[in-house]
Amino acid sequence: MKTLKTYAILYLVFLYAPIFLLPLFAFNTSTIIAFPLTGFTTEWFTALLDITEMHNALFNSFKIAVTSAVLATIFGIFGAMASTRYHFPGQKGIMGFIMLPLVLPEIIVAVSLLVVILKLGMSTGSWSVIAGHTLICTPFAIAILNSAFAALDPSLEEAAYDLGETRASTFRRVTLPLVMPGIVSALLISFTISMDEFIIAFFLTGADPTLPVYLFSMLRFPKLLPAVMALGTILVVLSILLITIAEIFRRRGAKRAGLKDTGGFL
Amino acid sequence: MMTTGEKLRRFFRTDQGVGLLLVSPTALYALLLLAVPLIAIVVISFLTQTGVRDFAPGLSLVNYKEALSDPLYRELMLRSLMVSGSVTVVTVLLAFPIAYFVSFGVKPEQKSLWIFLITIPFWTSYLIRVFLWKVILGYNGVLNSGLKLVGIIDEPLTFILYNVNAVIITLAHAYAPFAILPIFVALEKIDRSYLEASRDLGESRTMTFLRVTLPLAAPGVVAAVLIVFIPTIGDYVTPKLVGGPGGTMIANMIQTQFLRLNNAPLGATLAVLAMLIVAVIAIVFLIVGYRAAGGGKKGGRG
Repeated sequence: MKTLKTYAILYLVFLYAPIFLLPLFAFNTSTIIAFPLTGFTTEWFTALLDITEMHNALFNSFKIAVTSAVLATIFGIFGAMASTRYHFPGQKGIMGFIMLPLVLPEIIVAVSLLVVILKLGMSTGSWSVIAGHTLICTPFAIAILNSAFAALDPSLEEAAYDLGETRASTFRRVTLPLVMPGIVSALLISFTISMDEFIIAFFLTGADPTLPVYLFSMLRFPKLLPAVMALGTILVVLSILLITIAEIFRRRGAKRAGLKDTGGFL
Repeated sequence: MMTTGEKLRRFFRTDQGVGLLLVSPTALYALLLLAVPLIAIVVISFLTQTGVRDFAPGLSLVNYKEALSDPLYRELMLRSLMVSGSVTVVTVLLAFPIAYFVSFGVKPEQKSLWIFLITIPFWTSYLIRVFLWKVILGYNGVLNSGLKLVGIIDEPLTFILYNVNAVIITLAHAYAPFAILPIFVALEKIDRSYLEASRDLGESRTMTFLRVTLPLAAPGVVAAVLIVFIPTIGDYVTPKLVGGPGGTMIANMIQTQFLRLNNAPLGATLAVLAMLIVAVIAIVFLIVGYRAAGGGKKGGRG
């Protein structure tokens, strides 16, 4: 086990290498992204304040991520509730199809949506990115919410029915509060996925780029690379923060249901 | 006699009916935004483009003939399969010991922390991570300047950027959690008393691992292989940023056909072919895996 532990730690170093290097170059004075480091500066972060196109892209991404997260979580609640609490004909096939975007290459989702949109004579825009992101975030929301709903004791809902509550009011007053941690977790994960997603946005974004699409265009200009590093640092810190909060909520949900924690979202 | 409406109303009050009703919004969304577009792309792959948004009437196999006979497309397809295959082998081999360590070597209360640590990098911007690999593997990159500083090499290594190797390293990094998690889940499910029984019956540690742990972990390994192999074939960003001219893959060509050459039918054909080939390989792999597992069970062990 000792050799395995050394290997595990080396593996973590490999996994984290890009993320650790990012802030080193973001705070480095040199415009060339290479070692040795030349000195400390925050100038690249302040430079970000002057790039208005980036601010537009950021705002656009934020709008798309919030909308996609809400939609994916709503679809996730329906899907997870149906698959954990009920048995219906064709369940395996239907659920498998809904979860398909998890393994489908994103470029396939992107081009197939693009041809339909163009064939219908519509033009792409934020709405089409939202449509695509909702599609790929829904399986993640379902995976998280499945464990939230599975942990829910059905006798609590039955008690509510017996006390005269309707299906709708039981859902609102009993089910919803109990799965709330799962819902928050699903919202945050979906938001993070949408915020970072590139391929679908690249194909479907139209005239207003999202932040990753704008970032991709910045990569072609060596002069802008330090600013890319600064922006990347902010994004990575933000993602880790959101994911940590999501994990805390997920665990709280699991604890509330008295489940043993199995760890991980997937 | 009940009317059809009456029957339907009754059905939607049963458990099955409520389940179907509940799943319908999500299923309809997937139907409209996934099934319909996937069908559309298959249909378009049989058309030929004549104008910006116009297609010639009638279906034809012209695109398939071109995609299969043109050596450029064939080379891209073969290279994509080779890269995906190598990434899968490398990722799963590297991932297995980690999953094994977390499942067998970590205290139960620390397991979720390890899994969380392993998944964090996956949630950060893919674009940024790939770009950082370019910085690490470059001519004056972190790896080369580091190795030079230590004195292991005199000249920068050039075989690690702008080629297939760089694509494989970067993708193996990106898909690591996808391989670790299913194997970990399979290992966690193993009843520990089986291992004790095996040891009590005189098997060595190594033989116990080979004859008990490994076969029981097989479903996880199969899942890991598929979950890495299928999406990597369609990766666009990694070949674009670190692959150089010799490292481009089929997704880059699909993008070129759609967004640059405005030849959606040919792009659609390449996408359909890539998916078909991947599906066939995945199914063959599943059947072989299932046979191997089933054969093992029937034959008995020892």
